[in-house]
Amino acid sequence: MNGSEFLFLLTGLKWTVFLSAIGFVCGSVSGLGIALARTSGIRPLEQATAGYIALFQGTPLLMQLFVVYYGLALVGLKLDAWLSVAIGFTLHASAFLGEIWRGSIEAVPKGQTEAAKALSLGYVSRMRDVILPQAIKISLPATIGFLVQLIKGTSLAAIVGFTELARAGTIISNQTFKPLLVFGVVGALYFLICWPLSLYGGRLERRLAAASR
Amino acid sequence: MTDQATTSSAPMITMQGVNKWFGSFQVLTDINLSVRTGEKIVLCGPSGSGKSTLIRCINHLEPYQQGQIVVGGTRLIENAGIIDAIRREVGMVFQQFNLFPHLTVLENCVLAPMRSRGIARAEAEATARRLLDRVKILNQADKFPAQLSGGQQQRVAIARALCMEPKVMLFDEPTSALDPEMVKEVLDTMVGLAEDGMTMICVTHEMGFARQVADRVIFMASGAIVEEAAPQAFFSNPRHERTRKFLGEILPRH
Repeated sequence: MNGSEFLFLLTGLKWTVFLSAIGFVCGSVSGLGIALARTSGIRPLEQATAGYIALFQGTPLLMQLFVVYYGLALVGLKLDAWLSVAIGFTLHASAFLGEIWRGSIEAVPKGQTEAAKALSLGYVSRMRDVILPQAIKISLPATIGFLVQLIKGTSLAAIVGFTELARAGTIISNQTFKPLLVFGVVGALYFLICWPLSLYGGRLERRLAAASR
Repeated sequence: MTDQATTSSAPMITMQGVNKWFGSFQVLTDINLSVRTGEKIVLCGPSGSGKSTLIRCINHLEPYQQGQIVVGGTRLIENAGIIDAIRREVGMVFQQFNLFPHLTVLENCVLAPMRSRGIARAEAEATARRLLDRVKILNQADKFPAQLSGGQQQRVAIARALCMEPKVMLFDEPTSALDPEMVKEVLDTMVGLAEDGMTMICVTHEMGFARQVADRVIFMASGAIVEEAAPQAFFSNPRHERTRKFLGEILPRH
């Protein structure tokens, strides 16, 4: 494997990071909306978002990417591969993050909501100033854990022809006939991104556990 | 000893025929209560008698199914604007303090005045510092709640409620979660508040406090008001058997 082949892998890595970032950021924004809808106390909203979460948690990510990629094409929306996988990952992340954050919002003691209500704080202020800051802190380890899953999950985008790190590895491997070396390097690159995140998540979890003791 | 001069005849809170159920279980039965401006009420009774539920209905932390509650001339109905308006005038102190753990003492105190009353930060902070000084905890203003003792936290919670300049204060067993040596500092704060003429409803088993500041002591059992009387009469001559039994259980033998 020469320098230009390694550079090609790094280009793939760039797309992996980019796709993860898009999925995580857009998924966070819509995931927050889903978490709020899920805890809104409004029955139809809660049921609709519960169904959405169940759908995405109960089906393989690969199938979700297929459905978005081919499904959108079928209804006449011919999108770039990268745009349709970005949409796919956003939907996927929003369901999982929505569920993680619903749990965190519900883990904030009820007395906090009661105190905020007794102080006549409205819903927006109650959430923004009182509940969400505490919920986000509670959710951080699980959120980081999901981010790691998402980064590794982007390798599935290879299947619809999107050249991220895993697909870049396949291409180089087919050129060099050294699959073990190439996929060893590809694995190491994933590991270099994911492992520090996992470490950080673990540290946060221990710190949270210490704080709640 | 009570200060009759601060008690006017205008009712601050009236509850008429209030009934409340949790599912099929009736937790409040035909509650009729009128609290005059400046009056201090102590609510007592065995656990599960509905006393906390009663005061939680006044600021709509609990909905009720029948009857009418009027607070400061405003009838409490299922309307977000009305509920918010009533909550602005009714402060509440909880058994578990319920301070916001991610905010400093000062931030805890200025949040609601700024968000709910639209008061500017500088003014809100000035008010908060004055009230923290009044509950003798101003030197802790920049600490987080977890850094304070239970008694200090509860005094902060009282100051936080006062920062909204409420017309009524509700206390839901404010000393029940405290270590014994911290009960007095909280009760002293409440006595000070009572002497300044605040309208107060206190759910508490601190009968010394009841004797000292209450205009009326109300005894509840099984979701109903069983007996109400001035403290002198209540303690020396309880009329109902259930009241006598309750007092026999909680008062030290003389």
